[in-house]
Amino acid sequence: MSALFEFLCRQGDSTLILGQRLGEWCGHAPALEEDIALANVALDLIGQTQMWLGLATEVEGAVRDADDLAMRRDVWDFRNLLLVEQPNGDFGQTTMRQWLFDQFHVLQLERLCDSADDRVAAIAAKAVKEVRYHLERSSGTVIALGDGTEESHGRMQAALDRLWPYAGEMFESDAIDAELAEAGIAPEPADLRAPWDVAVDATLAEATLTRPESDFTQTGGRSGKRHSEHLGHLLAQMQWLPRAYPDARW
Amino acid sequence: MRAGDLKPRVADVWEWLDAVPDPEIPVISVVDLGIVRDVAWDGDELVVTVTPTYSGCPATSVIAMEIETALRDRGIDRLRIATRIAPPWTTDWLSDKGRDKLAAYGIAPPSPAGGPEACPHCGAKTVTRVSQFGSTPCKAHWRCDSCLEPFDYFKCI
Repeated sequence: MSALFEFLCRQGDSTLILGQRLGEWCGHAPALEEDIALANVALDLIGQTQMWLGLATEVEGAVRDADDLAMRRDVWDFRNLLLVEQPNGDFGQTTMRQWLFDQFHVLQLERLCDSADDRVAAIAAKAVKEVRYHLERSSGTVIALGDGTEESHGRMQAALDRLWPYAGEMFESDAIDAELAEAGIAPEPADLRAPWDVAVDATLAEATLTRPESDFTQTGGRSGKRHSEHLGHLLAQMQWLPRAYPDARW
Repeated sequence: MRAGDLKPRVADVWEWLDAVPDPEIPVISVVDLGIVRDVAWDGDELVVTVTPTYSGCPATSVIAMEIETALRDRGIDRLRIATRIAPPWTTDWLSDKGRDKLAAYGIAPPSPAGGPEACPHCGAKTVTRVSQFGSTPCKAHWRCDSCLEPFDYFKCI
């Protein structure tokens, strides 16, 4: 398995799983506008998934397509971040998860726009415009709810405390990352930590939220070594139809 | 192309495409929207290059189908729709005609200022954002503070 293929699966799996999670809100969000916003963000992420996983199958040699990767792999073959597979919780927890990821996603895509691989750069240039918009909304909502009522503040702080151990995985670098960085295809994730910290601290201050002290990090999602128990349930929901009726078409 | 037919001129094909409506906002054409990036003959095959607006926009596949149908109706049998994502689509590619048609239809055209210049219904300058997102991926939801009507704003990206 080439490092590039592995990287593309990491990209596409994180956008796919987060897109699926956000889709779970469809028809359930606290207000119609939020419902539409969550579905729109999900749509962007799933569109980006088609590009990342589409390129992954091209790199692999076109033996299967993006739908095969999405629908016919099981938990141990997924390479998404643990953060994005965490359950939605309440609206505050969904918003917090989104913002922690969006802030990373923008920084990462901005670097990927300069990738030595033109195909990666093209996808990043397309995606970054959408993701900047996601960040504008998620950071604004974190501030509004964090610096909101006693109830909303408490829920946002609880969401931050709960999700914080999953943030560190975004900045872990392994042999695959080193190989891609060496080739100029993708940045070392660890290099994104400092600018992420600056941006996150600024938003947390405005949101009157307290950054957790511990930097203990849960790990194993993007390496595929150990997903949380939640991913299997999500996949069961997402994949049951194409698995029950293989090759079904509209 | 059928054997023996003359190839239509590329300029004519552009004109035909300018009559293909966007499926979600039928008041503007796919050419007005700026998503048709190139029209060229590759031997006997016509290649129409299209770029998506938003990467997950569900209208993208419908648009490809409508372009294909419109051109087949014009007798073009050998046709290929190619997708190009770089450079990424921008609302700067909306035609002036398209912008005017959007406003007349009740959708505020994109503005670099980050919000609509005026209410598309009454022309008042005082408007408020209701939601960053709207009825399609390309639009946001705004309201006029003067006539109080809600309206769509075509997001500027």
